[in-house]
Amino acid sequence: MSSSTVSRVRRQWPLSPWLFAAPGLLIIGAFILYPFVSTLVNAFTDKRTLIPGEFVGLANFRELLHDDMFWIGLRNSTLYVLGVVPALVLLPLLLALLVQKNIPGITFFRSAFYTPVVASIVVVGLIWVWLLDERGLINSLLETVGIGRIGFLSDQWLLLLSAMAVTVWKGLGYYMIIYLAALANVPRELHEAAAVDGAGAVRRFVTVTVPAVRSTMALVGALSSVAAFKVFSEVYLMAGPSGGPAGEDTTLVMLVQRTGTGLTGRVGYASAISIVVFVVTVALMLLVLRADRRAET
Amino acid sequence: MTRVRTGELVLRYVLLLAVLALTVGPFLWQLSTSLKGPTEDIYSSPPSFLPEHPTLHNYERVADTIPVWDYAFNSLKVATANVVTNCVGSALAGYALARLRYRGRRAATLAFILAMLVPVEGIIIAQFTTMRELGLNNTLVGVVLPGCIGAMNVLLMRNAFLNLPYEIEEAAYVDGANVWQRFLRIALPSVKGTVAVVAIFAFMGAWDDFLWPLIVLSDPSKFTLTIGLNYLHGTFANDERLVAAGTVIAVAPLIALFAGLQRYFFRGVGEGAVKG
Repeated sequence: MSSSTVSRVRRQWPLSPWLFAAPGLLIIGAFILYPFVSTLVNAFTDKRTLIPGEFVGLANFRELLHDDMFWIGLRNSTLYVLGVVPALVLLPLLLALLVQKNIPGITFFRSAFYTPVVASIVVVGLIWVWLLDERGLINSLLETVGIGRIGFLSDQWLLLLSAMAVTVWKGLGYYMIIYLAALANVPRELHEAAAVDGAGAVRRFVTVTVPAVRSTMALVGALSSVAAFKVFSEVYLMAGPSGGPAGEDTTLVMLVQRTGTGLTGRVGYASAISIVVFVVTVALMLLVLRADRRAET
Repeated sequence: MTRVRTGELVLRYVLLLAVLALTVGPFLWQLSTSLKGPTEDIYSSPPSFLPEHPTLHNYERVADTIPVWDYAFNSLKVATANVVTNCVGSALAGYALARLRYRGRRAATLAFILAMLVPVEGIIIAQFTTMRELGLNNTLVGVVLPGCIGAMNVLLMRNAFLNLPYEIEEAAYVDGANVWQRFLRIALPSVKGTVAVVAIFAFMGAWDDFLWPLIVLSDPSKFTLTIGLNYLHGTFANDERLVAAGTVIAVAPLIALFAGLQRYFFRGVGEGAVKG
């Protein structure tokens, strides 16, 4: 760079870069970073919706330990991770392998498989509530083949399981695309060499594909576990605002929403639950990514 | 070497069609339900997949039951505002982070990275409190504001600007073009693809959002479509035809948008995921 351009840069009004960044900084400052800090602060107060509240130390966290609803929420959110993540790491990979090969009509299939991702979660939730209804499509099919009707949405555990299935169903296409991008980088020669050596499809999948996309699997694991732990909409829509029979299907974020809003909302207590959500999601993220790094060395 | 054998090809298509039935079937069933007339048995066993007397009557009825078109219009306003603010705001900030030299640039970048890592679900109550302090609760502005310049989008734009070769701007630099001119005339037109990706995701994100509008909006006349549907479902759960018609109204524009823009879509998801 010549000295004349440098001097021209120097002559630039020093505040103009900040004007470019200002709108963005203002928004994330006011609506992300400030709320983040105030969540940390509020968790140690007994703040309520219309009452500023006072510092109460660890009282909220002590109360959490004895709050049955909190443990139910923690249990369900944890079960959600355990149920959803393995399926979302594996199934989209298989799906990506299925749509990877360029055969006639494949772009149509790719787009069609992505439709559930595009549809809003409320639409998806309501579609499945109708499909899984006591008198809905799935039950009338089950009855037709002689199995009989199943109360997917009335049993506490079946309901949670159904919600997990919906989450997996909606996520398939999204993670499929991530895997497609990763698979594009796997050298074809590896597969061909393995095929020449007489390895069947399953063996090639285990010895060639999986090692090649392992870091993508870790990424999908991290993304899906964080999302699964924070699940709200699917369960809220399928179980109702109160979280199913006796609230047994409440998840942690549902509990945050229920506790912290409304005129009697306990902002401080809800913030304490939010802190638990933070800590666990950050831990999950680190755990999955670290497992990946260890697998590589 | 890459020739596909017929047997394998048949198997592939069978599997593809099975997955197709699984992913698209539920939408078609919803559409079918929404077209079934009041005298048709929608609970029959075995189920009937096609409406015997297709009718649009349920779409009229859903509009009589809840102001569904007003809700759709509210969603459209929110989504459009979100697209405009995200495109403009993140292009400006992304340019400042990638191309301008000043003290505090690294701090500014860090602020966006931190913001991206904060899970929205965890701060939602504090956002709600902030919004009430600003007197914007129960307004569409309140719905738009927290996500109107997404940190993720800023970082996407920053990456796009970083990938531009410096030579492009240098000539204009020497000719004495100021920051604003270089940004608007040279840098921005070169990253149109990323702007399109940001626009698509901003639209979808706003149109689909549920938790935040559920918390901010309490007055049914201000509802967006997702909240309106939840309300419809809660109040009139006994008539699935109505709920089905409502969901079709909510999902049809998105599927149309997606069908039209799918090329950008897939590129965006791939890029965003790999880099993010």
